[in-house]
Amino acid sequence: MSDHPKLAEKFASNTNRMKWHDKALWFVRQKRDIQAQSLPEWEALRDKADAIKTHTLANLDHYLSAFETNARKRDIEVHWARDAQEHNKIVLDILRRNGATKLVKSKSMLTEECHLNPFLEENGIDVVDTDLGERIVQLRHEPPSHIVLPAIHLKKEDVGTTFEKFLHTQKGNSDPTYLTHEARKHLREKFLGADAALTGVNFAISETGGIVVCTNEGNADLGASLPKLHIASMGIEKIIPRLKDLSVFTRLLARSATGQPITTYTSHYHSPQHEGEMHIIIVDNGRSQILGNKKYVKSLQCIRCGACLNTCPIYRRSGGYSYGYTIPGPIGSTLGASKAIQKNASLPFACSLCASCSNICPVKVDLHEQLYLHRQDVVDAGLLDKTKHRALKMATWVMKHPMIMDSGGKIARKLVPILPRNLLYSKFNVWGKNRELPPFPKQSFKELYKERKK
Amino acid sequence: MTSKAYILDQIRTNIAKQNTTQVALPDLEIAHDDYHDKDKQFAQALQSVGGMAHWLDTQENIETFIQEHYQHHGTIATSMDLQIEHINPNDVQDPHELKNVDLAVVKGEFAVAENAAVWLQDHENINRSLYFIAQRLLIVVKKEHIVASMHEAYEQINFKENTFGTFISGPSKTADIEQALVIGAHGAMECMVLFI
Amino acid sequence: MKIGLFIPCFMNELYPEASMDTLKILESFGLDVDYPLEQTCCGQPMANTGCAHESAQLAKRFVEIFKHYDYIVAPSGSCVSMVRHHYAQFVSEMEGFEHVQKNTYELIEFIHDIIKPDHLNVSFPYKVGIHNSCHGHRELGLASMSECHAPAFSKIKDILDLVSDISFSTLERNDECCGFGGTFAVSEEAMSVAMGRARLEDHIKAGSEYITGVDMSCLMHMQGLIDRDKLPIKTIYIAQILAKGLA
Repeated sequence: MSDHPKLAEKFASNTNRMKWHDKALWFVRQKRDIQAQSLPEWEALRDKADAIKTHTLANLDHYLSAFETNARKRDIEVHWARDAQEHNKIVLDILRRNGATKLVKSKSMLTEECHLNPFLEENGIDVVDTDLGERIVQLRHEPPSHIVLPAIHLKKEDVGTTFEKFLHTQKGNSDPTYLTHEARKHLREKFLGADAALTGVNFAISETGGIVVCTNEGNADLGASLPKLHIASMGIEKIIPRLKDLSVFTRLLARSATGQPITTYTSHYHSPQHEGEMHIIIVDNGRSQILGNKKYVKSLQCIRCGACLNTCPIYRRSGGYSYGYTIPGPIGSTLGASKAIQKNASLPFACSLCASCSNICPVKVDLHEQLYLHRQDVVDAGLLDKTKHRALKMATWVMKHPMIMDSGGKIARKLVPILPRNLLYSKFNVWGKNRELPPFPKQSFKELYKERKK
Repeated sequence: MTSKAYILDQIRTNIAKQNTTQVALPDLEIAHDDYHDKDKQFAQALQSVGGMAHWLDTQENIETFIQEHYQHHGTIATSMDLQIEHINPNDVQDPHELKNVDLAVVKGEFAVAENAAVWLQDHENINRSLYFIAQRLLIVVKKEHIVASMHEAYEQINFKENTFGTFISGPSKTADIEQALVIGAHGAMECMVLFI
Repeated sequence: MKIGLFIPCFMNELYPEASMDTLKILESFGLDVDYPLEQTCCGQPMANTGCAHESAQLAKRFVEIFKHYDYIVAPSGSCVSMVRHHYAQFVSEMEGFEHVQKNTYELIEFIHDIIKPDHLNVSFPYKVGIHNSCHGHRELGLASMSECHAPAFSKIKDILDLVSDISFSTLERNDECCGFGGTFAVSEEAMSVAMGRARLEDHIKAGSEYITGVDMSCLMHMQGLIDRDKLPIKTIYIAQILAKGLA
């Protein structure tokens, strides 16, 4: 069971760290704003991206089938996985068939979702995450806390001590440039020694049968071009119809994600490398079910830029781990709730419905609307806290009887001002834990209004 | 039932279930800046992502540029016809042999002004790794091969003959440690675009 | 034209003066304003907690009570947003719903879009920080939003610009949520408080003497923090600025 309020409180209890986390992500949001403001056609691009994705999802079977046909023509092997387990098994089978035991991975939230790393490790595969942030959290045995900035929850000193322990860097040296270049050396060895590479997929192009992978570090590319075996894992929703659709998505993705005009590397893989092998695994793992729900289908349009996390005032102050789901923030809250409402019942409420996420989303996922609607699913599933539910039912009954409301209000206005403070601010008054109650007036507006009318 | 058949069946059933309204695939006509000074825009954009652009004078040639700009260089790899000591990456059977390349001199098909990306494709280089393994990258592009935005860029790209292509915009970088930008994550530590 | 005044339930009980100022400012424009006495709550707290069944009952009441007015005006962006954006799910079939949905306005929006005054006889010689509460801001579109690429505007600022001697503070984060969020203020207490404090820090740093806005609920939340933390700043509901000096 997710318990966002409790984990959020824990994260926020270290005020300085919470503020630092908020500021670091706000900085990314500001960089994004500069990029968005620099393009007069920004909203037009979002509209096009939305239309392309909406169209594609409504014809997903067609585009996936065509993609497979076209990829096969390019000597790419295509596999289909219903769920995480099947995906992991396919990866292991491919590795075993090739006698590969050393795998370099580039960032893929899908493989996080499938818990691929522990599965492969149990089966004797040495798995190295090569994205710097991902490598840092891997060494610390932590999951990523952000989908684009996996180690955003860590301070450079944390990274320094982690690298001291595992990469034997200089004691006490936490200079980001030094640490990055030490990681470069360490990971070069891993790249050169790898038997196989696994990458995620940012876009799969139906008409050409190729895939596009975007990174700033070049880790996906170094991995996929050194060992002869390249496996790429993609969710069914990664498909786009035409090559030229990328003109829209490449303009939106990095600007939204990190505030760069484009990622450093935007690589289009359209066949195995010279004398190599390339496999693409198309994974469902619950996505097709979301496709059947009109309320939430747009969540499948997500291109995983992370902008909704960066703008979310709750994510920024509660950290990625408070969500207890592979993908945190607004997009994770809706995906998690769609996937398992029971387990993720607190996520739709980890939101003040401020709607900033819906505004910022480059593909116009109606995120806050979805979280609003998921709350009804929580209630329908009988998962809303019983006390809260009873209170709201009672309040509704009162609101249907104005006279009862009026007299209740009157009593409260008389009673509250004379209550002793320790009774008024008892532990049952959650509002009053950190906030004063407003002073209770003598008369309600309605009473004043009636007097005035006389 | 194969997993493929099962997934496609699930997709069809679910699309039917929500009674999806069809939205046509949109045209991609989007009004955008055509940067009347594309060179200037490109140079500024490249500088902002940690790279450098240079336009070769008519008197200069690539070789002299390399000699002047990279005075202390190690192994140069290029498949271009250059009168300078180099290895040809296409003669290398195993891409791992490129691990000691200091400077890769590669042909860029065209540059994109809006974001300082250059399109490279493996038609020229059998080993894709060359673009990523070299410590430094010198991308050579013809002066007239510059387009305004990604919209024009994708009109120029196809995969009829190519098996791989990549847009590269500046040197490899990361900001994964406290959002501090560090140049030289895994790929090239330096990226120069030379217009000839 | 007959105006139906909707006063949010908590404002009726806790903020009679701010509510009265809302009435006064509307009347000052010569409008015929009626406050139907059987009104209670728009159903927003229930809807935002997922209690659709309960929300539907209150939505029905609201439409029933207000359907005969030409305009319905409420001193709350979030209640109006509830009517405009969320009632359809509950009462779309109901007679009068479309009229109510179309003609329910937030106070400032109503003054700005319908009344369009060119002057106000009021002075407020203070530095004011505008709190763009989210539902009024992003769902009703009372001002341009920092995420979007669109020309800058603010209906709230337009109206406040008619006040003499007023000045405005410039915030670092112009439209970040204060963390009230209805039941969120209690169910995610820690987040709510952290967000509220961050807004207050921003305002204090920017030199706001008063924070004003179109949602009393956000101001109540921030005032609660101000009072507890004893901060050198005050909140004031926007109608209380506009109606200053009105009898």
